[in-house]
Amino acid sequence: MRNFKSVFDTYNWDKTLESIFVKTEHDVLRALGNSKHDLEDFKALISPAAKPYLEQMAQLSRQLTKKRFGNTIQMYSPMYLSNECQNICTYCGFSMTNKIPRRTLTDAEILKEVAYIKSKGYDHILLVTGEANKIVGVDYINNALQLIRSQFANITIEVQPLLQDEYELLIESGLYAVLVYQETYHRDEYKKHHPKGKKSNFDFRLDTPDRLGKAGIHKIGLGTLFGLEDWRADSFFTALHLKYLQKTYWKTKYSISFPRLRPHSGGLEPKVEMTDPDLVQLICAFRLLDEDVELSISTRESEIFRNNIVNLGITSISAESKTNPGGYAVAPESLEQFEISDERPTEEITEMLKAQGLDVVWKDWSNNWG
Amino acid sequence: MLQIADKKFSSRLFTGTGKFSSSSLMKEALLASESELVTVALKRVDVEDTQDDILRHLQHERINLLPNTSGVRTAKEAVFAAQLSREALETNWVKLEIHPDPKYLLPDPLETLNAAEELVKLGFVVMPYIHADPVLCKRLEEVGVQSVMPLGAPIGSNKGLKTQDFLEIIIDQSNVPVIVDAGIGAPSHAAFAMELGADAVLVNTAIAVSQHPVEMAKAFKMAVTAGRMAYEAKLAPVVHKKAEASSPLTSFLN
Repeated sequence: MRNFKSVFDTYNWDKTLESIFVKTEHDVLRALGNSKHDLEDFKALISPAAKPYLEQMAQLSRQLTKKRFGNTIQMYSPMYLSNECQNICTYCGFSMTNKIPRRTLTDAEILKEVAYIKSKGYDHILLVTGEANKIVGVDYINNALQLIRSQFANITIEVQPLLQDEYELLIESGLYAVLVYQETYHRDEYKKHHPKGKKSNFDFRLDTPDRLGKAGIHKIGLGTLFGLEDWRADSFFTALHLKYLQKTYWKTKYSISFPRLRPHSGGLEPKVEMTDPDLVQLICAFRLLDEDVELSISTRESEIFRNNIVNLGITSISAESKTNPGGYAVAPESLEQFEISDERPTEEITEMLKAQGLDVVWKDWSNNWG
Repeated sequence: MLQIADKKFSSRLFTGTGKFSSSSLMKEALLASESELVTVALKRVDVEDTQDDILRHLQHERINLLPNTSGVRTAKEAVFAAQLSREALETNWVKLEIHPDPKYLLPDPLETLNAAEELVKLGFVVMPYIHADPVLCKRLEEVGVQSVMPLGAPIGSNKGLKTQDFLEIIIDQSNVPVIVDAGIGAPSHAAFAMELGADAVLVNTAIAVSQHPVEMAKAFKMAVTAGRMAYEAKLAPVVHKKAEASSPLTSFLN
């Protein structure tokens, strides 16, 4: 059976990058004029040639988002279950070589964190772990799902890539969505940033969405970590991945996230800078490529950026996030995976959204539906 | 008056509750529309909480709730969702929506037929959202649904009645009320559907996403009334251009 790797292997990174940079103003204008946008249009829209047309892109992106999603925005809260990790990732505070106190939440601690998150009104939760199969393997995740299932309408995980039958088990236990970011689609650079641990297997990670699609997951979240490699090429491959998955696993929903490299314990300076205008350009380009894909922004971004981007194409955001296990109620002072930028409390974020004419959606699924 | 199951409706404009910028604006627009049947997505509401923000704003003597199963992908899930809503919202009415495709939200005809049959047996008033498929409409009628809700165009597209030819066949053949759902993007589209003989229309995005939802709701109310009035008054026939055969067929008479 076909998988994304077989599609991906027909592309060359350098040639792809070059094909984006040679796009001209004419290509951009043609892309803006088209009612449907293909991957060549997407290349034009993320190219340097599109920079002068950012306002036009933003207007279109806003219109399309409003048409499809209306005046709404979804709220979710991340909850870190463990910072144990057997990988070395050059950019991550949880990296195995970092001498930080490790913690994995117990059932009682999970419930304490959940109580805090629920008190803020959240009904969509994102469970996050490092990659430590022996400590936070599929059994641990399954137990956590069963423990909190009745309390949330919608549960998403961001954990180590799993096998198809493991995903099937978790779906049975109420799992709704899985976020799995490729970090970078540059095979050699990927290897440099993941020298040790299971995560160093580029192909296994690349085919994770295929395993999820086969398992029948409701939603898959894609993305890359901006700063590791050229964001334009990485975004093109994300878009290619998205289009492949949509055609292959047509019953599944998709979302895209836009994490930019943030300071953390261990520190890696971004190799490639992605500016605020670059990120706006990319978000708008994704919206023009696909009217229906959910676009998500986290608290990695600044207040000003988030205040403005919620009206340009974004459909879901988090607030008041803690990136350390137990960060809400159990051990608020422990070390974070990365520093967040927008530290405003949930109430302030929802007021900001309402002031912009957006209805804050807390619940958009029912945990007991299939 | 339009009758569906045991309820009579003086308004033929049904409305939806999604995409508004706030629940209070939603309520204001729905009241302005004078709609008496309002569909609400079960996945968006907390059915166990009577103070749920959306449900609270829909508590009005004129508004009948029509819970919809949007988000389910199979007949089994739809039946489960309907049972949950009957218990919590105390209504046996359900807008049956089964779309395994989350992108275009196109209804699955096979799962819909199976679910409709099961739900009718369980005592529900079933209003299925379907493609404009005349044969499916008859099959659904046979299993006992109380109305059919064929789409005019892809949901949320605002493109109008792209399925006009099939809607006309459905309206011509149907023994249950036909409610055109999805795709209606302008009051003129709604009026046109009513002129064709649809029993009602369901509108959401076109009102919720307009610049002034309350004013747009009023515009739809008037358009639906006008369209129905025109249908009942019987439209004047379209006058076609006089036929001019190149070789007159009746010239021999001269």
